[in-house]
Parts: sequence; C-alpha cells; structure tokens
Amino acid sequence: MKPIKPNDMMLQTLARLIILVVLSFSIYLLLAGHNNPGGGFIGGLMTSSAILILYVAFDMKTIKKAIPIDFVKIIGIGLLFASLTGVVSMLFGYPYLKQFFDYFTIPILGEVELTTALPFDLGVYFVVVGSALTIILTIAEDDK
Amino acid sequence: MSLLHWAVLSPFLVAILIPFLYKYMKRIHTGWFVLLLPFALFIYFLTFLPVTSSGETILEVLPWVPSLGINFSVYLDGLSLLFVLLITGIGALVVLYSIYYLAKGKERLHNFYVYLLMFMGAMLGVVLSDNLIVVYVFWEVTSIASSLLISYWYSREKSIYGAQKSMYITVFGGLSMLGGFSLLYVITGTFSIRELVANADLIITSGLFLPAMILVLLGAFTKSAQFPFHIWLPDAMEAPTPVSAYLHSATMVKAGIYLVARLTGVFGGTPEWFWIITIAGLTTLLWGSVSAVRQKDLKGILAFSTVSQLGLIMSLLGVGSAAFYFQDGDNALYKTAILAAVFHLINHATFKGSLFMAVGIIDHETGTRDIRKLGGLMTIMPVTATISLVGLASMAGLPPFNGFLSKELFFTGMLNVLDYGIFHLETFGLIIPIVAWVASVFTFLYCLIMFFRTFTGKFDISKLKVKHVHEAPVGMLISPVVLGLLVIIIGLFPGILAYSIIAPAISAILPGILAAGEQFDVHIYHWHGFQPELWMTIGVIILGVLLFLTFRKWENSAFYRGERDLFNYGYDYGYDGLIKGSQWLTRIQMTGRLRDYFIYMCAFIILLMGYTMYRYNLPDIGSLDLSPIPPFMWLIFIVFISSVVVIPFLQNRVAVIVVTGVTGFIVALFFVIFRAPDLALTQLLVETVTVILFMLVFYHLPKLQKEKTAIGIKLVKLLIAGGFGLMMTIISLSAFSLGQEANFPSIAEFFIENSKEEAGGYNVVNVILVDFRGLDTMLEALVVAIATLSVISLIKLRFKGREDV
Amino acid sequence: MEVLMAIMIGIIFMVSIYLMMSRNLLRVAVATLLLSHGVHLLLLTMPGLQRGDAPILSFAADAYTDPLPHALILTAIVISFAVTSLLLVMAYRTYKVHKTDDLEDLRGSADE
Repeated sequence: MKPIKPNDMMLQTLARLIILVVLSFSIYLLLAGHNNPGGGFIGGLMTSSAILILYVAFDMKTIKKAIPIDFVKIIGIGLLFASLTGVVSMLFGYPYLKQFFDYFTIPILGEVELTTALPFDLGVYFVVVGSALTIILTIAEDDK
Repeated sequence: MSLLHWAVLSPFLVAILIPFLYKYMKRIHTGWFVLLLPFALFIYFLTFLPVTSSGETILEVLPWVPSLGINFSVYLDGLSLLFVLLITGIGALVVLYSIYYLAKGKERLHNFYVYLLMFMGAMLGVVLSDNLIVVYVFWEVTSIASSLLISYWYSREKSIYGAQKSMYITVFGGLSMLGGFSLLYVITGTFSIRELVANADLIITSGLFLPAMILVLLGAFTKSAQFPFHIWLPDAMEAPTPVSAYLHSATMVKAGIYLVARLTGVFGGTPEWFWIITIAGLTTLLWGSVSAVRQKDLKGILAFSTVSQLGLIMSLLGVGSAAFYFQDGDNALYKTAILAAVFHLINHATFKGSLFMAVGIIDHETGTRDIRKLGGLMTIMPVTATISLVGLASMAGLPPFNGFLSKELFFTGMLNVLDYGIFHLETFGLIIPIVAWVASVFTFLYCLIMFFRTFTGKFDISKLKVKHVHEAPVGMLISPVVLGLLVIIIGLFPGILAYSIIAPAISAILPGILAAGEQFDVHIYHWHGFQPELWMTIGVIILGVLLFLTFRKWENSAFYRGERDLFNYGYDYGYDGLIKGSQWLTRIQMTGRLRDYFIYMCAFIILLMGYTMYRYNLPDIGSLDLSPIPPFMWLIFIVFISSVVVIPFLQNRVAVIVVTGVTGFIVALFFVIFRAPDLALTQLLVETVTVILFMLVFYHLPKLQKEKTAIGIKLVKLLIAGGFGLMMTIISLSAFSLGQEANFPSIAEFFIENSKEEAGGYNVVNVILVDFRGLDTMLEALVVAIATLSVISLIKLRFKGREDV
Repeated sequence: MEVLMAIMIGIIFMVSIYLMMSRNLLRVAVATLLLSHGVHLLLLTMPGLQRGDAPILSFAADAYTDPLPHALILTAIVISFAVTSLLLVMAYRTYKVHKTDDLEDLRGSADE
C-alpha cells in the first residue's frame, strides 16, 4: 500500500465516524441474517471493508498498534467455531451440523430467538473477516 | 473364514513378521523361520489327498463384494491340490536351499523372504480361488512379487531390465486377462469358474466367445512365457537362483498352464481353442529348444529349456481339449494328452527344480555360469554332477527317469492327433508329431551340451575368479538331492501318483466327461513294446548324439555364436519407440502456452456440446413463458454489455480495473432487480474488496502491452470465444426451458415451506446456507481459509536458494 | 427477459474466454472474474426471472423466487473471491520472481 502522508485530516476524521457506522451495521447484518438479508458472509465482508477503510485513512503502523490482532488466527478461530457447533449436535445423538432454535424472553430485548445457527454463522463471519484482511494486508505489506 | 482361507492368507501374515524377525533375531538365518510355513502348509494340504482322490471337492465361500458377484471362494479339487502341493512342497525345498545360498549378514534377507512369501500366498490364491476376479488379483500380485524378486539385486542394471521386462509383459497379459474375464461376465453374469463351466454352451455360442478367449489366453501365454512372449523369462534369470528354481520354472510360470487347464472346461472342444493353444505350445516348444542350444550361460540354457517345456505342456493341453468335442465314447485318445500334461507338469517341476539348484551350486562355488569357462567339475563336485546327470537325463527323456515316461506319453498324445479326424487334422495333423519330434532332438542336444561342457573336459581354474572350487555344503545339497530322488522314484514307480494326484487332476481339467463315480484309468508304463513312440525316442537319441559329436563343426556358425533371442529386438525397439513416441506426442501438444491449453479445452467442450445439441432438439423459445422486459432494463443491458465488450480493447491498467469493477457493480444491480437482496449485498462488498485488491496488485505490475498476435491466431481465438459464448447462451436457454417443460417440482418448495418450522428463520437463503446445507458452507469457509493460507505462503514464505529473489 | 439474459451471458463468456487466451496475467485475472459473473448470472437465470418476491418469508408474498440458486451463487461469489485473489497474488509473485507478466515469456522456465 502506498505510504499515506499523515496530514489527511478530513479523511481521518471522517473515517473514524464511518467506521463506527459501518462496523455496527455489519454486526447488525450478522445478527439479522437469519430473518433478513445478511449473514456471516455479508457481515464479514462489511467488517473487513470497514477495517480496510481504516488502513486507507491511516498508515499501517498506527492501525497495527490500534488493532493488535493476528487475522490468520481469526480464520482458525472461525473454522473451529463453525465445525464445533456441528459437533455439539452429535453429542445429543443428532447428525452432524443439525441446528436448533428456540424463543426466549430476555428482560430488555423482549422475546428473542436464539439459534445454534448463530455461532455457526459467527464462525463463517470470522473466517471471512480473517481471510479478506489477511489477503489484502499480506500484499500490502509485501513492499520489498 | 475357513481354515483354507487362512492357509491362503498365512504367507501374507507371516510376511508381516519377517522384518521384525530379521531385525531382532540377527543370529538366526531368517530363512529358518520362513521354512516352517511352507512345510506346515505342505503337510496340511497332504491331508486333502484322500478327499480329492475319491473325487470330492471342497468349496468355502467368503463374501467379498457380493453385490458384484465377487467372492473369495476357495475351491479345492484335484488340479488345485496338485498345484498347491507343488507350491508348498517346492517352496519348502527352495527356502531350505536359499538358507545356504544367501549368506546371512550380507544379503537383505528380509526383502527376499517378504517377496517370496508374498509370492507364495498369491500363488496359492491363484490356484485355490474359484472367483475370476480374485484369481486376477492374486495373479497380478504374483507378477509384482516376481518382478521384485528379479530385481532383488537392484543395483545391477540387468536385474532392473529383466524385472521391468517381466513386469510389462506379464502385467500387459494380466490386464488383457481381466478384459477377458469381464467379457465372460458379460456373457454369463458370473465370475465363478464352476458356474462358467456349467454355462460353457452359452459362452461357446456367444458372439463374444472369440475375443474373450483370446484375451484370457493372452494372460495365460504371457505368464507361461509362450511364444512370442517368452522373452521375459531368460532375462528373469537375473534373480537369485532359488527364485529361478521356484518362480521361473516350478510354479509361477505354470500359472498360465493352470489357467488354461482350468478353463478347458469352459472353452474346450472348439477348434479355435484347440488350434491356438496347440500351435502356440508347439511353436514355443520348438523355439525354446532351439534357442536353448545357442545359450552359453547355464541358467540361460535352463531358461529356454523351461520355455520349451512349458510349450510342451501347453500343446498337450491344446491337443487334449478335443475331449470336449467327443462328448461321449472312448476317452483313451485325448485322455493321453491330458495325462501327459499333468504328469509332465510334476516331472518338470522335479527335474528342473533340481537342475536349477545344481546350477546355483556351480555358480555359488565357481563364480561363473558360462559353459565356455567351466569344465571337468565331475571329480570336484561329484554330488552336484550326479544330481545334474539325473535331472538332465530325465529332461532328455532317457529311461528309467520320470522324464522318459512323460516324453513317451507326449509322443503318444501327439501321435493320437492323427486319429482324431476333426478340426482339419486329417490335413495338418502330421505336422504336430513332427514338430514335437524335432524339438525333442534339440532338447536332447542341449542336455548333452549342458552336462558334458560343465562336468567333463579339462578343469581350468585360471578362467575362474575363485581360488578353490569344492563341493557345496551339505545343507545346500539336501533340496536338489530330494528332488533328484523324486525324479528317480517317480520314474521307477509312477503308480504312486497315478490315482492319488494325476487322476483327480485330469477329472478336474475335464469336468463332466465322466459319469459320477467313474475314474480315469491311468496306466503309465516303461515298456510299450515296439511302438512308434519307442522308435521316435531312439531316433531322438541317435540324431542328438550325432549333432553333439559334430559340435566342433558348427560351433563357429553364426547360429551358435549369437545367443540373444530375436524377439528381444522387437521388445527393445517397441519400448524405446513407445517412450519416444509419447515424448513426441507430449512435446507437440504441451507448448507451455496457457492459450493453447485453453484452446484444446474449449474446442473439446464446444464440439461435445455442439454434438449434443445437434442430436437433441434446441429449445423452442417461442413457447416459453418469458417474463416481460421493463424499459429501464434495456438501458442496464446496454451499459453492461458495452462495458464488458470494451474490456479487451483497453490498454490502460486503471481503465481495465475500473471497467471490471463497473461490471461487478452492475451484476449486483441485477441481483437487486431480480429479488436477491443477499446476493446484491455480498456482490457489492466483494466487488469493493476485489477492486481494492486489484489496485494493490496493479501498483506492482507493469504496464499493459499491446498484444501483437498473428491474424490467424486472433481468428482462432475469436472463433473459440464466439463459439463458447453461443454455446453458453444455448445452454442457459435449454436449462431454463427444461425447467419449464419438464415441470419438475422445485426443491425450493421444500426450503420455503420448512424454513420457518424446521430452522426458525425467515431468510430462506440464509437458512439454506447455515442449516439445510450447513456442511457445504463449512467446507466453503475451509476453501476460503485454504486460499488465504496459499496467499500467505506465496508471499511470506521465501525459499532460500534458487527460488529466492 | 430470460432470452436477453441468455444472450448477455453468452457475451460475458465470449469476452472472458477471449481474455483468458491473452498473454497478460492481469487480463487473465480479469477474465476469471468475468467468468464467475457469467456463471452467477447463469445460475440466477435458470429457474426463470421475476417469478416472485425475495425469499424472505416475513414479506408474506404469494410466491417467492427460487432461493436455492441464491444460496449457490452466494457460495460461488465468496469462493470466486478467494480464487481471484489467489490468482492475483500469483500474478504478482510471478512478476516479482520472473520480472515479466507475459505468459509467452514465462514458457519453458525451470519451474514449469
């Protein structure tokens, strides 16, 4: 990635605002996926584009300090999430990846549907975030 | 699993133990452990003698792939038992011999014995299985074991050559045989040999009869080294001598004989079977015996002699198969041929086994097998000389040894052909005994050469590499002496075998000929009276001796000086040609250009689909229920198509990326219009990330060059691309119209109905992804993860050395 | 509309195949991207277009579009993203190592 001069005040200020909106929207997409458009893939891509905006606005070092996460590990965590939710159903004698759901009433939110599909989707989400960011950042960092 | 199954599998099981025994029991020669097995098996199978000699058979079925009719069924009758006894009996003697032949500590004994046991088990499997597929599997294992044993001294170039040759030829035959078996299955619907025999009429009248027969015979002929496939056997002599004695004379090469004998009940009685086998056998017999005379290597003589003796047995089986033509009546005519075949099979195993072992001793003690260097060993190695004398006399057909008996029977069988009066034998029949007689003369001649050149004459130590030559140790002599004694005992008292082994074997080769309870009468005599056979033998002896006495005269002729078989050139040139040809073929099509490969692929796909569309009618567009086109769609279409079409003409990197991005966003727009919100969102985001990626990479890539291509290539490219596009248009229309015309209930109904109840989700697409088809999604995530890891390894992992840039 | 889409799919494939046969690695990468667009649209067109509402049950429509191709395409999009990025990175690395992105010049190198 091109080294960006640190005096992009407008961009940096805007980026901070945009990030908030985009990130929260991406999490909404992830959670709403079961009943409305959205889901792990879309949420993951949205999150990664949000983080990419940060990278475009600021320089690499700053973001690395701000988000000290190894995205490769995120992929692994995602895969683990996705595959382990499948195993849970096996423990109860159901086929692999059988999903369950039920409705619960939670004090503030009211009636909420909780599904085992959510952690599975979360796994997909992590994989997508990790992959998209890793691919782009590896190329960007490779400036030798 | 019955005990018989375990008996077949036991060599494999013992083979697993061998490496450990070799490693942890260094002080004891591994062969001693191995010896126990064939010995025990021999005793075990001897207990079946009373069963088979009373005409009973044993069948034990173990289902393997029952749905395809493949069962590991063990079938034991007279013929199988004869082979099993040969395999285990000779096997025990060979293992005993090898203990002294292969020095402990110097040789890689574990390899040797593992291969040998593998062979033994496979061979037992071949002769004991009733199912053709199982026979085939074991058959190929014997080929592999044989190659491994030939290349046992794998640092020698000749060993590798011999192993490769035997592998190619026998595996070629094995595959043909599999084809033949499959055809038999097509005809009859069974792989079981017994059921095939029962359905023999069906096979003989079938149109596939001849191809099936020829394919099966290819397998048998390559394995049994029949002309012109015999060339692998002389080269197989690079194997250690115990292996030559065991595999390449006594057992494995007889697998082809076994198969022919076993399938005589299926194909026998037809002129094709009769002539093909008889001619192949006789040609092999003559060619082998003549070639054997030319050899200077003792093992070379024995190899060609084995070839010719195998031809002899084969021709007898061919002649004897006429039995099925005369379904009833007197069976004395053709019976003699089968009797001679079975009897000679046993005799050959005994005398050839002992001869190989004797040659092994000579090689072991003097360091050479070249008859030009040897001579005068009679006084130095008296025991070996005696063994050789007995074996060679038997092979030459001299009384009172067993070879004489079977040679007489062989002449009788061949002369009987004159009385058959079928298959045009009245015209060509006379050739058969004449060829047999001529070949016997040469057989007699090479026996003389082998004995007198090795054991008489002057002993000259200076030609040898070793300092002292002495008789072999006692242990090494046991096995050849036992076999030599068998030669004499069988020769003197052939009646021992007559009803215990030979008669049951004949009735197994010729099933259904005899009524229940009857038995073939087997009479083997030394003295027939002054019959033509006796005069033929006397003629053989006189002419053979004459030829040997004039040896000096033709010693320097071109015939004697060359010893390489002519057909080897065929193999060598064929092999080279095959390699060169395939290299050439690869070179002309593998240009290293992505474009060319792509053209091949697309051209084939277009041709294939084009043919399909030509064969089946194109969809009728007029009758389809199409959805209307709103006016704004035209605008989108025009923008989209023009942006796609313009891409190849752009010469600016940024422009290419931007226009590609535009197409991606319009695709997202399509998703919106066609009510696919999830897709639209995904496409938008993916497109964004992809464009970023393109921008990153393009920063590092050079500027686009204007491509200069010849107008012809450009035309081909356009043609292929246009054809492919047209094809895709037609495919998408066909797919759409198929869905409408066939009126299949869509799977989507199920998803839409159950999404709410079963998964508690309203977004059907998402429910499909995470619930109904969850596994697909998980694997997809895995694909993405793998792609990412590949990216990381491409960029971050730098190899040191040449690759490092 | 389906016929129009079919023609458009044909054009996408034509351009993509044509580009695939070019000598430049970047063009080949663009070609794969176009190819996947073509396939996605093909999948979308197969069951017919505009046959109902988006497959989200809370809309309570009479008919929904077929959700199965949507699920297939969604999977395909993500995978084609992974493949395209891998191809791009390969093009990038190839250029770094061999100092050329011309497939004609890359022929016969030792790594082939």
